[in-house]
Amino acid sequence: MEVKFQLNGKPAAADIEPDCMLLDLLRDMRCYSVKRGCDTTNCGLCTVLVNGKPSLSCAMPAARAEGKEIITLEGLQEEAVVFGRFLAKEGAEQCGYCSPGFIMNVIAMMRELKDPSIEEIKEYLAGNLCRCSGYEGQMRAIRNYMKEKGAQ
Amino acid sequence: MNLVNTSVPKVDSMALVTGKPVYTDDLAPKDCLIVKVLRSPHAHAKIRKIETERALKVPGIECVLTHEDCSDKRFTMAGQTYPEPSPYDRRILDDRVRFVGDAVAVIAGVSEKAVAKAMKLVKVDYEVLEPVLDFRKAKDHEILVHPEENWKALCEVGADNKRNLCARSETQEGDIDQVLKDCKYYVEETYHTKANQQAMMENFCTFTHMDAYGRLNVVSSTQVTFHVRRILSNALDIPKSKIRVVKPRIGGGFGAKQTVVTEVYPALVTMKTGKPAKIVYTREESFIASSPRHEMEITVRIGADENGIIKGIDVYTLSNTGAYGEHGPTTVGLSGHKSIPLYGKAEAFRFAYDVVYTNVMSAGAYRGYGATQGIFAVESAVNELAHKMGMDPVKLKELNMVKKGQKMPAYYGETATSCALDKCVERVKEMISWDEKYPRKDMGNGKVRGVGLALAMQGSGISNVDTAAVTIKVNDDGFYSLIIGASDMGTGCDTILAQMAADCLDCDMDQIIVHGVDTDVSPYDTGSYASSTTYVTGMAVVKTCEVLKEKILKKGAQYLSCPPEEAEFDGKRVFHPESGKEISLKDIGNQVMCGNEEALQASESHYSPTSPPPFMAGAAEVEVDLETGAVELIDFAAVVDCGTVINPNLAKVQTEGGIAQGIGMALYEEILYNEKGKTSANSFMQYKIPTRQDIGNIRIEFQSSYEPTGPFGAKSIGEIVINTPSPAIAEAVYNASGVRVRELPITAEKIYMGMKEK
Amino acid sequence: MTMEEIELVTIANYLRPESLSDAYKLNQKKTNRVLGGMMWLRLCSPRIQNAIDLSGLDLDYIKETEEAFEIGAMCSLRSLETHPELEAYFCGAIKESVRHIVGVQFRNQATVGGSIYGRFGFSDVLTCLLALDTEVVLVHAGKMTLAEFADRKRDRDILEKIIIKKDGRRVAYLSQRATKTDFPVAACAVSKKEDIWYVSVGARPAKAELAVIHGQPADTLAEKAVADMKFGSNMRGSAEYREAVAKVLVRRAANAVLEES
Repeated sequence: MEVKFQLNGKPAAADIEPDCMLLDLLRDMRCYSVKRGCDTTNCGLCTVLVNGKPSLSCAMPAARAEGKEIITLEGLQEEAVVFGRFLAKEGAEQCGYCSPGFIMNVIAMMRELKDPSIEEIKEYLAGNLCRCSGYEGQMRAIRNYMKEKGAQ
Repeated sequence: MNLVNTSVPKVDSMALVTGKPVYTDDLAPKDCLIVKVLRSPHAHAKIRKIETERALKVPGIECVLTHEDCSDKRFTMAGQTYPEPSPYDRRILDDRVRFVGDAVAVIAGVSEKAVAKAMKLVKVDYEVLEPVLDFRKAKDHEILVHPEENWKALCEVGADNKRNLCARSETQEGDIDQVLKDCKYYVEETYHTKANQQAMMENFCTFTHMDAYGRLNVVSSTQVTFHVRRILSNALDIPKSKIRVVKPRIGGGFGAKQTVVTEVYPALVTMKTGKPAKIVYTREESFIASSPRHEMEITVRIGADENGIIKGIDVYTLSNTGAYGEHGPTTVGLSGHKSIPLYGKAEAFRFAYDVVYTNVMSAGAYRGYGATQGIFAVESAVNELAHKMGMDPVKLKELNMVKKGQKMPAYYGETATSCALDKCVERVKEMISWDEKYPRKDMGNGKVRGVGLALAMQGSGISNVDTAAVTIKVNDDGFYSLIIGASDMGTGCDTILAQMAADCLDCDMDQIIVHGVDTDVSPYDTGSYASSTTYVTGMAVVKTCEVLKEKILKKGAQYLSCPPEEAEFDGKRVFHPESGKEISLKDIGNQVMCGNEEALQASESHYSPTSPPPFMAGAAEVEVDLETGAVELIDFAAVVDCGTVINPNLAKVQTEGGIAQGIGMALYEEILYNEKGKTSANSFMQYKIPTRQDIGNIRIEFQSSYEPTGPFGAKSIGEIVINTPSPAIAEAVYNASGVRVRELPITAEKIYMGMKEK
Repeated sequence: MTMEEIELVTIANYLRPESLSDAYKLNQKKTNRVLGGMMWLRLCSPRIQNAIDLSGLDLDYIKETEEAFEIGAMCSLRSLETHPELEAYFCGAIKESVRHIVGVQFRNQATVGGSIYGRFGFSDVLTCLLALDTEVVLVHAGKMTLAEFADRKRDRDILEKIIIKKDGRRVAYLSQRATKTDFPVAACAVSKKEDIWYVSVGARPAKAELAVIHGQPADTLAEKAVADMKFGSNMRGSAEYREAVAKVLVRRAANAVLEES
């Protein structure tokens, strides 16, 4: 079946199997930032924005992308660089495998929540697992990022 | 330059945070055959027959391989230096399966769907056998996990497949029984730690293809690139010269990828078909057929005199290696060798162990590597001893802990050449406000807070074994190539080794490019495990830089026509102070590429006769709900002595990450098997690692000592950081609730049941 | 959820019906399935002939009227969580019942219809809404109480919406989990209208059950509420432990309700 949608600001179309999940389609379309970390919607590595909402592309049928606006980290390179510098400054990306999904959700959070508290940040990002960092470095990066954004 | 001890961002960080395709699966050719493994539903069975005809008829299926397609020579998948202590007990595919999930057949085809369909059509006729599932009954059990005649152990580790023994040993100094008998205070308890998954975010994956020279090329997410070459040579029974292994960026390892979990399968397919092949484990496969921590049951006998001096420690460990012996004989050693020496005044010790085969998933290497298990047991026992004496456990630790300059009889007789453990304890007590908070505080709402503290040590590389070589060459314009065989697994060795080289060579980081590991190109390195890279490979960097600087100086002097002993090199130029003549490194680099007969490069190797331990103190504050037993981690403070800290931010994040993993082990994680040997821990839905809401606050600091045998005074950091949470949290829970949990994880239900029994 | 083996769904055809009655007709075949958020279905229902996607039928809404909140089947758990009027009216209980479920991304996709229709033992949503005056509207069978629906035999009907009455109940939701985003070991919702208590206990680990109790003091309510409920064991906890925790949670929730009143 055919599916048409906006991918990172550009029209995209693909011929897909009915049970193709968005994650697989996006990787086929060279969005390699989208990673698979689990089979069970628990890890957050495959997070993309669907009509602006952070979503798990592993569990979304590609057919449901029809008419929607899909954004991956490939489409948010500027923001990725800005926030990524804060993350790298802490050394908190470590292996980096969870970074794209995590950064996608951080960006979504910054758009959705106004001046969130530490507890709200932790709750918003709880679906993004990281096994390397113990999360503290990620939180330092977010705090510094918010501080700079606030100062601007 | 002063780059060592500064927080340089990782050299690959921007590629990682912007999501560039740098991991194994991102790099695999798009036309790779997809490889999947058909797995045993039985914990123990013999394969009578495998019917593959129907599967082979599925369109797009390239091959279905069984034990008949594999060499019958046995090998080990453990990534260790040859001769490996782990027994040669595996084939790629065998006619006997030894755990639920063991490989039965390998299927390759053009798409996931075709392979999945074919897999359902492979018919296997099993003779189901009784499994050995209880590791306490495995030794000398009538059922043997490895009855085969061609099983072999290359090293003297006490292994005997006819007794289900993967290893056994006993060492002793002094008359431990007499010493303990004479002690005024005495504790004997048994502690049980479970198998845990490393749960790195990137699943196991590998792709393989043949190159223009007819050699097998392997790209894999591994910590042990050179060992992969040897293991594949053994497994496929082909010469090592026919294999090349490359490691791209890897999405975490923590020891999991110190075992060759996936490499053999696509390699076998490519060897049979000549075609590129790829295997990417599902998370379920990474959970049910991988290389988790060894489950251990550890009995500790410990005694102290009336002054609180610990006189003797006796440790017996029973370790469960599962169906295969990967890392079985070696992990167990650390359960005693890296726990007993924490207490420097003991007059006698004994350490004995058995490592047994059972019909569950093979264990492997996981950060801490046995020390984690041993330290949970010994630290818990020391805490229990203090309570028996009516003494603050930290006081007892302070009285007895190992100090700089002390000989450690249970640590191969090595001397603690650097040790700031006393300062670590002093500082961590301040951080957690020990004196105000010990033992507990009633919050007045049915909840009580308690604190607990634990000590830890680890090693820095494997003494007399781990070997690392480094090559540095000068390129045109004078930039350097740093070529290493160490396998950066995300923790940043490509960066910290460049920091060291930059300091040695008096240049900026951007003068140095780092080439990660490729067995065709890189000098030999045992790999990234055993907390070895900073300490061992780092020293190889230092040595190589020294030699290279001499060569640059000589070359420069030659170009300046002055005696080398009168010339100097300051990182940017070689100059002759007397005459004022100078030549820049840039010009030297360009000049050696014209009419030159000696390559301007150096390569040095390093190993260490000792393995200086890093030390650490960690303290937990927990809150226990006295009605439900629910426990909340409030705060975890830790102070580490890893010698000189090469990159404070990277070391800090490793420490915080290791502590978070340790918290998972302490409170949530375990691999449970049912009566048929099947595990329920097959996903992140059922095997819960901590989220960012589960770790309280982790606060860490460093108390540096200076290790004279390490590069810039450094020791290791990678593994020690996982060792304190379990004993510290268990003690904090005891202080809060009065319940001593000796079996991990420390669940709310165990605390509740413990409180109810009182 | 046992999930002994993880096998991902296969779908032969993907259909987007244009009306609920078309969807209902399609759903009468056993091999066809209605898609909710696809969070569980993907893992539990390996072979689907025709997947029926309701996302084009405008079922993603929360409407507030004088008497009730009407919530469409395709409304996400995240919308439920962040809806200010729902939060205010039900003392934050509905929010509390969903905010621990996996993560924000998951809750953006998981639907109210899927959560209720599945009648899962671990369902926080079902546990919470049982203690409120909740009705479900099915395409074929029409309107019934949520309690009736929970006990009903599984058939091929389709859930269109739920209706939560604004009957003035005070309500509180509590759960206990190992990690913060795990399935609950025990979960309960307690509400009170005049002197009638509604106590719903989920994750026993069987699906949530409701006890309706008249005029009981809060401190003895729990004992009575769970008296007829059965508790079982799984990897997350034994029956004995679950029952003990459930009683504590019910008592605490009841006290919270009294404080709210």
